[in-house]
Amino acid sequence: MAASAVSVPKKASRRRFRPSLVTGLVIIGIFVLMALFPKLIAPYSPTTFDYQAILQGPTAKHLFGTDNFGRDVFSRVVWGAQLDMQIALFTTLFPFLFGTLVGSLTGYYGRWADALFGRIVDIVVTFPFLVLVIAIVAVLGPGLKNMYIAVSAVGWITYGRLVRAEILNQKKAEYALAGRVMGYTPSRIIFRHLLPNAITPAIVYWMTDMALGILLGSSLGYLGLGAQPPTAEWGVLIADGKNFLATAWWISTFPGLAITLAGVGFSLLGDGLADLLRPRG
Amino acid sequence: MNRWSYVLVRVLQVIPTFFVVMVLVFVVARLLPGDPLTAILGERATEDMVVRAKHELGLDKPVPVQFLIFLKDFFQGNLGDSINLKVPVTRLILERMPVTLFLTTYAAVLAALLAIPLAFVAALRKDTWADNLIRGVFQLGLSMPVFYIGLQLLTLLGARLRLFPVGGYGNTFGEHLYYLFLPALTLGFNLAAILMRNLRASILEVLQAEYVDFARAKGLRPGLILGKHVLRNALISTVTLFGLNVGGLIGGAVITETVFAIPGVGRLMVDSIFGRDYPVIQGLTLTFALLVSLVFILTDILHAQLDPRVEAA
Repeated sequence: MAASAVSVPKKASRRRFRPSLVTGLVIIGIFVLMALFPKLIAPYSPTTFDYQAILQGPTAKHLFGTDNFGRDVFSRVVWGAQLDMQIALFTTLFPFLFGTLVGSLTGYYGRWADALFGRIVDIVVTFPFLVLVIAIVAVLGPGLKNMYIAVSAVGWITYGRLVRAEILNQKKAEYALAGRVMGYTPSRIIFRHLLPNAITPAIVYWMTDMALGILLGSSLGYLGLGAQPPTAEWGVLIADGKNFLATAWWISTFPGLAITLAGVGFSLLGDGLADLLRPRG
Repeated sequence: MNRWSYVLVRVLQVIPTFFVVMVLVFVVARLLPGDPLTAILGERATEDMVVRAKHELGLDKPVPVQFLIFLKDFFQGNLGDSINLKVPVTRLILERMPVTLFLTTYAAVLAALLAIPLAFVAALRKDTWADNLIRGVFQLGLSMPVFYIGLQLLTLLGARLRLFPVGGYGNTFGEHLYYLFLPALTLGFNLAAILMRNLRASILEVLQAEYVDFARAKGLRPGLILGKHVLRNALISTVTLFGLNVGGLIGGAVITETVFAIPGVGRLMVDSIFGRDYPVIQGLTLTFALLVSLVFILTDILHAQLDPRVEAA
């Protein structure tokens, strides 16, 4: 290896070990397990008060310490995974599906639909995303369900733009023309032929977006506009501990690390998928 | 097309968009659940009081007429009165806006000061430990919520080490710089990470360009090549990215001002939501939209300054 001056592209690049994909999968896998089986993983109940064990630092008995009501912080972080993984999914699923649909149709048909989509994009980018979401939550009232509605109303735009741009490229390819010559219906051309070649950026962005969803969900939870206490949501947990940061750092710090780790996990997963789905790139 | 007509065209393009924004805000404000009149008058208002208040607020007129009044009021700078604070919304926003503008500008400057030198180090030392460290730290920062970075900085540097005040805004320019250092760092960190990543990639790309080889062949000093040729060209796409992220900066200000107890418009927004102060929320939403539109125009102009090809298009 050291002697060769020119690096030869390896043929077996498909089977190459992909550290970012694997690391990302492991991290997110652990959080998904926590979300699915919190009772098996968490040693204590996330909501039961224990006045014998108030504000204790991390020990073998309480890995992440206890809060001002004696609740086990580790158990609360585990139960929080359930809510925050749900947030990651529900803030992005509808935008992904609807945005892909709109992007495919506007990219393929163009004309008035495309023009209308362009105007909607212009309007939505005029508002700061968080301000728009907060304003919608203000209208609908605080809570998780309304947060999902607010994020979905805005979030699909990005997917629409990504897919539209790719469809515009793919539409010019010869196989698309071949499909038309063969007399395939537009929907068959769009969804069976163009979309599989156009969806990679949207899938990669979906992973990043889940990380952003958790950041947004926890931010709204922290502000009191998302999940409501005493629910164990990571942002709410951080808000719970914020007055104890100087004396009992563990209450806020561990949920924050959980958010950060989940964010890193989704980013690695996105990078890995980009690598996997675009072998030529 | 000369430079000024380009600016004019961009401004004219924004007007129809902003008009639709106003229509949207107007319609949504009227679809609000919970009659705003009840919010103003209280639960125990009599029929008579409701009729009189409706007349005073112009709510008994046809909707299109209401919209025209809304437009006229907006351009005269009248956004109605705050329900809770009983003062004109315009005055509230004008009072609080300088704080937020100071904070966001400060954050943007800090972000640029962090991103530009570190992007150069990372690009010129590509794939070394320095590059990996810089990229790793920023990637970690991108995955952290703004309020969490803020809380940790506040506890460590504010409460523990007492290097910085734990809240407030100060009175003089120097005090503003001092009081708002931690909030601006918190707010600017995400932006710094985004800019650094993009700028690093652009520098690597520009370094491959023939004009850089040419400048080297001419015997120009490396500092001059980097400063004049590489930085200027690498900045072009970063400026656009910067403009696109100003919205995020304003959104982040809402959170940062809440964490650090800074009396700006972001905190006003959160307070108004909990107080169901609809005129303030409506006024702030419009103001933010106007602000972001302005920044879009400014970044386009700056983009054209850096890249003369833009105007020809």
